[in-house]
Parts: sequence; structure tokens; C-alpha cells
Amino acid sequence: MNQKIIPGTTLFGPTQSQMGYALNKMCFSFNSKENRDTFVLDEEAYMRSYHLTPNQMQAIRSRDVLKLLAAGGNIYYLAKFAGIFGLDVQDIGAQQTGLTKEAFKAKLQAYN
Amino acid sequence: MANIIGGVACSHIPSIGSAIAKGLQEDPYWKPFFEGFPPVRSWLTSARADVAVVFYNDHGLNFFLDKMPTFAVGAAASYSNADEGWGIPVMDPFEGNPDLSWQIINELIRDEFDIVTCQEMLVDHAFTIPLKLMWPGKCPVTVVPICINTVQFPLPSAKRVYALGQSVGKAIRGWAANKNVVVMGTGGLSHQLDGERAGFINKKFDQEFMNSLHRDPAWATQFSTEDLVGHAGTQGVELLMWLAMRGALGDAQEHHIRKVHENYHIPISNTATGLIAFESH
Repeated sequence: MNQKIIPGTTLFGPTQSQMGYALNKMCFSFNSKENRDTFVLDEEAYMRSYHLTPNQMQAIRSRDVLKLLAAGGNIYYLAKFAGIFGLDVQDIGAQQTGLTKEAFKAKLQAYN
Repeated sequence: MANIIGGVACSHIPSIGSAIAKGLQEDPYWKPFFEGFPPVRSWLTSARADVAVVFYNDHGLNFFLDKMPTFAVGAAASYSNADEGWGIPVMDPFEGNPDLSWQIINELIRDEFDIVTCQEMLVDHAFTIPLKLMWPGKCPVTVVPICINTVQFPLPSAKRVYALGQSVGKAIRGWAANKNVVVMGTGGLSHQLDGERAGFINKKFDQEFMNSLHRDPAWATQFSTEDLVGHAGTQGVELLMWLAMRGALGDAQEHHIRKVHENYHIPISNTATGLIAFESH
């Protein structure tokens, strides 16, 4: 795949999907409110129960989306993790681009 | 025989669901988006749609990476929405049309599309929101959901998706039922949620794509899915759903395809939103 020709983009393909399986499986479980609540009560125990790698656990603790992507996270499942903290895709976008949310929104408006 | 009255494609951003629930249609941020829909609703009402066949992509509600079908066709009597984890309102179940589902499944397998069939299938915002935009009250049509993988690469090629749409169109027109069917495609247009390139939008490409759909619908099949990500963003690749919808309508001349309405607005959330409706015969 031509991953290198799209700057700032990692296609979620075989490498990412295998590497990120445990992390994504945990995030997929956050469709359920009961699971979200269990995670919030004891984050470390919840991560262990899904067998996250140390790197994935560190990425979850850091709340850093770029690190979560690098650990094999898929944005659709990660968005469910972000939802626990009330973060929307513009918060996530701002974080990944190093902008404030206002500046990120202004960047989107500027495409008009 | 059944009739395809036309097709509609539109964006399916989750926050639209919250905006509808809060009644923000006239809010200055939302108005340029919502005001695209009344002409399409009027047309759908006058064309008396009975059934909607909807191409959409699941975002991790029904399908996970344990089993990820490239193409999955719903064959249920009812489809439920459920908590997606972001606090968007959960919508009421939709009534299926198993008879048309199996007609489509039979035709697709005959045409050598080795699809997955689902007699139970949760439908996420990509399915529910566009239906709510078309029919703000109780959904008056029965539905057939067709899910296309845009989560995990390799994705099916634009060429293959277009051919899938053509085959679905053939199946609908061969259905022995006196019903009016509308075909929908949901998603896009250009946007990217992930990576340092998050917030990417490509107005020029979106407009070229929208313009191609009427008379040159195979235009987008020249691109690989990786190229489509390059042009439209990691989630902009959802334009594949639009392509499948247009494939189902068939040849522009043969089926007298007429553009009913279109709208394009930047941005809602992180997305360049699009809406297009075609009438066919």
C-alpha cells in the first residue's frame, strides 16, 4: 500500500489491525455503558483484562490519539474511548494537529 | 416488477443525530446543511417510495475486526440501532424487507459477489441518520441495509463497488413486487479524522466527484482506494457508498436519470457535507 505518499496518514491495514487488536477490542467494548463504567472505575484492571500490551496501556494512560494510532488503534474504535471523556472528533482533530479547538475549527472553515 | 424511483446520497455525521434531537435545524451553523433536504423529501413523497436499499459503512457497532465482511447484506425483518458510545440518541428499529433482501442476495451470488448475509444486524448512525434526514417522522419505508467495509484495508475497489451497485440495481428491477424502491448511499464527502492530516478537506475533488455522478458515473472507478484516501481523506473514502448507489440506478440515458437536487456545505463537524438526489425510470 502507498502509505508513504499520503502525509500524516497511516492506513489501517493488516499491520495495524494485527498490532492493535487488543486495544481495538477493548475500545469496541465501550459501546456498552456498563463496560464504560467498569473502565472508569478501574482503568488498569480493565486494560489487563483485554491483554493490552505495555505500549498500548501507556498510550491509553496518555490520552494521546497519535500514540494510540501508533499502537495500532483504529479511529472508529478510539472515538468510543474518547467519548468516555466527552471528547468529540474536533477535540481529537485539534489534539492530533497541535491546534486549539478554535484554531482547528477555523482551519475547517477556511476550506470554503 | 419493482421500480427504482431514484437514488439519494448524503453525509452521515454522528452529530447530525444530536442536532436533530435538539432541534437545531435553523441554527446558523446547521442551517446550510439542513436546508438541502426539503426538496429531496418532497420528491421522495411524490415518487411514493415504499422501500429503501441503503449502502452504508458500519463504524464498529455491528462488526468488529474478529469478523469483518467486505460486503454484508441485511436479511432481517427488523434492524435495531444501539448505543455507539458517544451519547448520540438511539433511534427506533427499522422494518426490514426480507423478500427484497433475498432477491438481492440471490442476484449478487449469481453475479459472483460472495457476500455475507445477516439475519441479525445492528445498524449504526451511518444508516439511521440519512433515513431520519429523508423522513423526519416515523420511517414509512421498509429497508435493506448493505454494509461495505471502510474500516480495515484492503477495502474493495471503487470499480468493484460500482459493479456491486449495478448488480443490486438489476436485482431490484427483477424483483416481482409492485413496489417503488429508492437506493441510498451514505457517507463522505471529503474528511479525515485520524493522524496529523486530521481536518483535511478537498472541495475541488468533492465537486468533481459530484459532477461526475450524473453522466459519467464510472469516473471515480479510475482511482484505487489508496488514491481516494489521498484525494478525499481516510473517511472521505466513504464516497464508495455514493458510487454503489449510482451504480444501482444504471445507465443515464436508458433510465432517464435526472438530477433532482444537490447541496454541498463545509464544514459540519470535520466533514465536507454533500447531498445529491437523482430520479430514474
